Amino acid sequence: MAWDWEFTGRIIPDLLSGLVVTVQATVLGYALALVLGLAVALVRRVPVVGPLLHAVMEFIRCTPLLVQLVFVFTLAPGGISAFTIGFLVLGVHYAAYTAEVYRSGIEGVPPGQWEASRALSLPAHRTWGAVVLPQAVRRVIPALGNYLIAMFKDTPLLFAITVGELMYQASRIGGVYFRYLEAMTLVGLFFLLVSVPSAVLIRRLERRYAAV
Amino acid sequence: MEFFIDRFPLYLSGAGVTLTITLIGAALAFVLAMAVGVLGTMRNPVARGVATFYTETFRGIAALVLMYWMAFAIPQLTPYEFDPMFAAILALGLNIGAYGAEVVRGAVNAVPRAQIEATIALNMSWARRTWSVVLPQAWAQMLPTFGNLVIELMKATAIVSLIGVTDLTRVAQEQRSATGETILAFSSALVMYFVIAQALILGVRLLERRANRRLGRAPEGGSGLLALLRPPPVTATGGGR
Repeated sequence: MAWDWEFTGRIIPDLLSGLVVTVQATVLGYALALVLGLAVALVRRVPVVGPLLHAVMEFIRCTPLLVQLVFVFTLAPGGISAFTIGFLVLGVHYAAYTAEVYRSGIEGVPPGQWEASRALSLPAHRTWGAVVLPQAVRRVIPALGNYLIAMFKDTPLLFAITVGELMYQASRIGGVYFRYLEAMTLVGLFFLLVSVPSAVLIRRLERRYAAV
Repeated sequence: MEFFIDRFPLYLSGAGVTLTITLIGAALAFVLAMAVGVLGTMRNPVARGVATFYTETFRGIAALVLMYWMAFAIPQLTPYEFDPMFAAILALGLNIGAYGAEVVRGAVNAVPRAQIEATIALNMSWARRTWSVVLPQAWAQMLPTFGNLVIELMKATAIVSLIGVTDLTRVAQEQRSATGETILAFSSALVMYFVIAQALILGVRLLERRANRRLGRAPEGGSGLLALLRPPPVTATGGGR
């Protein structure tokens, strides 16, 4: 069976609607990962609770996202949509990564900055909010960007829990018409179309923030 | 606990399949990463072009998409059909190999310039220089990131359950539908994944120490088994991905 252009044209609208869901899940999941990761990085500095949280995050980081997705999806009560579960699990999984990134950023802030804040007797919230975090976050922007791309490439896993994203649409089309070639190739092309330019963008970010 | 003990052989065989795919996939990824990574450091524009094309393509496409493409699109395009396990290993190896190639390229380029100049002064050939001066030094630097990549690969093997390979994830799903014990079925699998990951991390750390010792560098954080369990310092470059 060779490539069928007419069939390709017919399935593109369905795939594009899947792509929209993919992007939505990525954006929501990433926002969650950014916020939650920072919270985890901060709580990790608290005694007792910190190491405990670290152990939990380590466990999440060392186990497959697919299993976590299916696990939570099967456990969740009926009222919650698969999409909600999808981006929540995605966000929590990636928070385990972004927390480490934030932590390395915080540890990279020179001790002199801490000492200066202390010498000026800045309150803790000013030390963190005005001195440490702006510097810490700035230096980890490229690393955080890498995880955005990584996360985008992990969204096809959501199809395992019936979220109607790109991969789901492609395998549905494949199942209905018994033709996988066109749909699967297009999915691959869509991914390249998004990841190659974003990789270039990250490289530019790296160059811009590397000097800090 | 009883649930797990009763089904331990089943889970163990699933873990065996997961580990097999991980190790063969890692071997494939390693060979690809080394070959393409070194190509990427050469002066020849064709070699560099090939390397860039490979890394950008296979890093850009998710392993799951690649695996489905191999399992379902290839039989339609050609008279051949891949065994699901083979498709999975190939897809994962190509994907992680692309990440690895970037690591190799970066590590080789990070070898101090003076080392290269010294080999030129000693009239070493390109092969000799790469093999006995550049790679041993680059090797110590790439190992920590390789460790992260092996964990990513191990986690990514869970996707093979979607095309019918009976790996750890598949066993968990089968046990869940057979018994209805969602929490037990899945947490048993998660714990086994975690154990495999820890074993892989430990293995890579042992390799790291050996590589550093061969370069005459003292291991960080002292010697002994306890120091092995302590995680090495994390850098701000964003892990293995």
